[in-house]
Amino acid sequence: MACSQLDEMIAHCLGSYPEEGCGLITGDPSTATVAAVHPTTNRAASAQVYTVDPGEYLRIDRAVEAGGQSVIGVFHSHTRTDPYPSPTDVAQAPDPSWHYVIVSLRHEVASVRSYRIADGLVREESIDFSLVSD
Amino acid sequence: MPDVNLPTLLRQHAGGQRSVRVEGATIGEILASLQDEYPGMAGQLVTADGELHKFVNVYLNDDDVRYIDKLDTKVYEGDTISILPAVAGGSL
Repeated sequence: MACSQLDEMIAHCLGSYPEEGCGLITGDPSTATVAAVHPTTNRAASAQVYTVDPGEYLRIDRAVEAGGQSVIGVFHSHTRTDPYPSPTDVAQAPDPSWHYVIVSLRHEVASVRSYRIADGLVREESIDFSLVSD
Repeated sequence: MPDVNLPTLLRQHAGGQRSVRVEGATIGEILASLQDEYPGMAGQLVTADGELHKFVNVYLNDDDVRYIDKLDTKVYEGDTISILPAVAGGSL
């Protein structure tokens, strides 16, 4: 992903604090190249759980599908814990092909990690950053 | 028959198609037809109690069917149905 996209995710999560921030990640599923991040409303409006607004998901999905891309992941913040999937994250992970990015605001400097979650198993993956968007 | 847009997770059960067309006069009938046509989707859309699965959101055009008439929501020719996973989680 582009550094600017990372900045956008972190900024949205900081702006959502003290509630968890969340959003969708779209791009090319075959290459896992991120085209855009899409901050969304957290319908749960909670500091401990998030729910991506389904109406916003629908609009994002329609827009990117029309351009031949797909939703390839989701990002959300952990306001007080480390950037690792909680049991809630694992249980509710909707799609094993997605990338699950967690932004931790536990410390002064935000930390970001990405994971694949499938069949209850969590595997961390590296994020390759570029200076420009594709 | 209305168009039914599928989320990524369900496309594998429909030969990779992003959109399919099945018969049905209500959302419940559409989902039943989907599961009949594509058995791999069985159990992922409607619970054993006949309710819309809580981890699935279904839109009729621009409206969430939970706020219309749920599975009894009527469907007409030209309508577009979008099935999306509920995306949730959290640090709890």
